Amino acid sequence: MSIYLNKDSKVIVQGITGGEGTKHTALMLKAGTNIVGGVNARKAGTTVAHKDANGGDVELPVFGSVTEAMEKTGADVSVAFVPPKFAKDAAIEAIDAGIGLLVVITEGIPVQDSAKFFNYAQQKTSADGKPVTRIIGPNCPGIITPGEALAGITPANITGKGPIGLVSKSGTLTYQMMYELRDLGFSTSIGIGGDPVIGTTHIDALEAFEADPETEAIVMIGEIGGDAEERAAAFIKDNVTKPVVGYVAGFTAPEGKTMGHAGAIVSGSSGTAEAKKEALEAAGVKVGKTPSETAKLLREVYKGGGSKAEGLVDKVKGVFKKD
Amino acid sequence: MDLYEYQARDLFEAHGVPVLAGIVATTPEEAKAAAEQIGGVVVVKAQVKVGGRGKAGGVKLAKTPDEAFEHAQAILGMDIKGHTVHRVMIAQGADIAEEYYFSILLDRANRNYLAMCSREGGVEIEQLAVDSPEKLVKYNFDPNKGIDDAAAAEIATQAGFSAEEVPALADVFQQLWGAFEKEDATLVEVNPLVKTGEGKIIALDGKVTVDENAEFRQPGHAELVDESAEDPLEAKAKANDLNYVKLDGQVGIIGNGAGLVMSTLDVVAYAGEAHGGVKSANFLDIGGGASAEVMANGLDVILGDDQVNSVFVNVFGGITSCDAVANGIVKALEILGDTATKPLIVRLDGNNVEEGRRILQEANHPLVITADTMDGGADKAAELANK
Repeated sequence: MSIYLNKDSKVIVQGITGGEGTKHTALMLKAGTNIVGGVNARKAGTTVAHKDANGGDVELPVFGSVTEAMEKTGADVSVAFVPPKFAKDAAIEAIDAGIGLLVVITEGIPVQDSAKFFNYAQQKTSADGKPVTRIIGPNCPGIITPGEALAGITPANITGKGPIGLVSKSGTLTYQMMYELRDLGFSTSIGIGGDPVIGTTHIDALEAFEADPETEAIVMIGEIGGDAEERAAAFIKDNVTKPVVGYVAGFTAPEGKTMGHAGAIVSGSSGTAEAKKEALEAAGVKVGKTPSETAKLLREVYKGGGSKAEGLVDKVKGVFKKD
Repeated sequence: MDLYEYQARDLFEAHGVPVLAGIVATTPEEAKAAAEQIGGVVVVKAQVKVGGRGKAGGVKLAKTPDEAFEHAQAILGMDIKGHTVHRVMIAQGADIAEEYYFSILLDRANRNYLAMCSREGGVEIEQLAVDSPEKLVKYNFDPNKGIDDAAAAEIATQAGFSAEEVPALADVFQQLWGAFEKEDATLVEVNPLVKTGEGKIIALDGKVTVDENAEFRQPGHAELVDESAEDPLEAKAKANDLNYVKLDGQVGIIGNGAGLVMSTLDVVAYAGEAHGGVKSANFLDIGGGASAEVMANGLDVILGDDQVNSVFVNVFGGITSCDAVANGIVKALEILGDTATKPLIVRLDGNNVEEGRRILQEANHPLVITADTMDGGADKAAELANK
C-alpha cells in the first residue's frame, strides 16, 4: 500500500510537449509510472516518443483536453507542468474533467490563482460530499511511491520501498531526508509545496499515512511561515498513533524576509520555527535540529526492525508519543 | 511587496475607492508646494513601511503651507523603528466624525480570503481582536465569488452598522475588493476608514501588499519598487535573477531549493556556536540551474559582502546532477579569477555525486575544500569564517 499514488495509477501529463514536461515524463516513465498520455490542445492527435522503465519504445498520445484524455485512457492522475500564467486554467480544466489527483509542479503561480482553483475544486464534490479532485502543490516536487509510481520531479533513484512515510513543504530537503534514510525506504514521499495556498496539507498526508498499513513511521518536514505545522501538531496529538518525527527549517530566518518559498516568511510573532517546534514537541513529536539529527530520531522511534509489537511497547511507555 | 501609504492611496483612487487628495514630497519645499496646491488644513505623514509612526511624531497637522514646510523638515530624515523617512505625504485634512476598520487578506489556514471589519477603527486592531473580539467581524469568502452586494451588506450589518449606514459602506467594501482582486493583492487594510461630518465614507490610510508572483500580469508593480530602500547586494542579485537575501553573518551560503538552503542557514548557525558564534551571511537558492554562469553570479554577489570569510556550497543533486554543479564551480572560479579569495567548502550529494567529487578533486583549486556531509561542511565553513 501507499498513499494517493500506486502502480495502478494511470497518469497523464499536462504540458507533456514542453521542455519540463518532456524531461520529467521521461523520468517518470523510468521510475515505472504508468503514463498513459498527455494534454496539449495545440498538438492534439500527435504522439510523443519515450522509453519505458525497461528501455522499450513507447508512443504516448497527446490529447486536446483532460476530459478527452480521461475518456480515452481511463487516467486518474494528472501532473501539470505548465507556466504560471496558464496554471489556473490548466487546473480548472483538470478539476472540471473530474480527475482524482492533480499534482501541480509549477512554481511562481500568483496566490490568487491558487486560491481560486483550490476553492473551485472544493465545490466539485462527489456523492460522499468530498471534493472529486485532490490537489497536491502548487510549487512542489510531487509524490513518489518508490518502486511503483512517480507523479512529479522527485528523483526516483535515491531510495526504494520501505516503511517510512514522508510529508514535506520543501523539495531538496525532502530528497536530503530520503537520502539520510535510504536504507529504510519509503511507503510514499509527498512534497506538498511551500506556497501560502496549497491543496494537500500536512494534516491530509498524516491522516492518510495513519490509515496506510504499509507506513510504520512518519517524518514531517515543515518550514517557517503560516501555522500549518501547529495545526498538524494538534492533529497528531488526537489522531495519529504511529511514531512521528519532525524537522522545521528556518530557525535563523529573520522576520519579514521571504526565504525563497512565497509562504516562507515570519510575520510578527507568528510563523517562527521555534513556535512550530514547540507545538510539535508538545504533541509528543520529537523534532530534530538538523536533517541528520531528525533521521537519527526517526531510527530511535522506529527501532529499525519494524516490529510493531516493539513499537507498541515504547508507545505505552510514552517514549516517543503522547502518554 | 508592501506598498507605501501614498502608493496605496493612488492605487485606491485608480480603483474608485474614495480617498482624499494626497501628494508625495521628498523635500520641505515640495511639501509646501503640495500644501498650497491642496489648500486648507493638511496632514504631513511620514512614509515608512512600519506601524506606530503617529506615536513617533511622524504625523503632524499643518494649518498653513509654511507649517507644512516646517513639519516636513522635522519629519524627513527621522528614524522610525529603524526606518529612515525619505518621503512624506501631504494629505488633505479630513473632517472625521467616526473611525472604522476594514481589511481583506489571504487566510492561509482556511485557504480562502478573509474580510475583517469593526466600527471601532483607528486603533491597534490586534489589540482590539484580543480585548473585544466581539467587535471585530471576521467574514471568510470564496475568492471566486469575491465580495458581492450581499456579502458586503452582510459584513457591514454584522459589524453593527444601521440599515441607513450599510449601503455606503457596502459600496466601499466592494470597491476595495475590486482593488484587491485586480491588483493581485494579498492584503488591503484601511485603518481608519472614516465617516466625515457630511456622512461620506473615505479610506484615510491604506496598507497594501501585492503578490510578487503576479508580476507577469501587473506591469505597473515594477514602478512601485523602492530601489533606494533595497540592499545593494540584494538589488545586484535581483538583476541577475538570483533568489538572494542578505543576512548578518560571516559564512556565505549557496544551495539548491529553498528548504535546503533555509536548513543550511540553521546548520551553519549551530556549527558556529563552537566557532566564535559565526552565522550565515545570506540566503541564496540557485534552484535547479547550477550552470557556471549562475554559480559565478552567485559567488560574485556573496563575495561582494565584506563580512563573508568563507562560503559553503551545499547542493543535493536531485534532478540537477552533481557533475554539472562541480563543473559550474570550477568554471565560475575561472571566470572570477583573482576576485575569488575566500575558501569554498563544497558538499555534494545525490545524483552522480562520484563524478562531481572527481571533477573537483581533479581541478584541485586551492580555494576549494570538499566535505562529505552537510554537518561536516557547515562545521568546516564556520571554522574558517571565525577569524
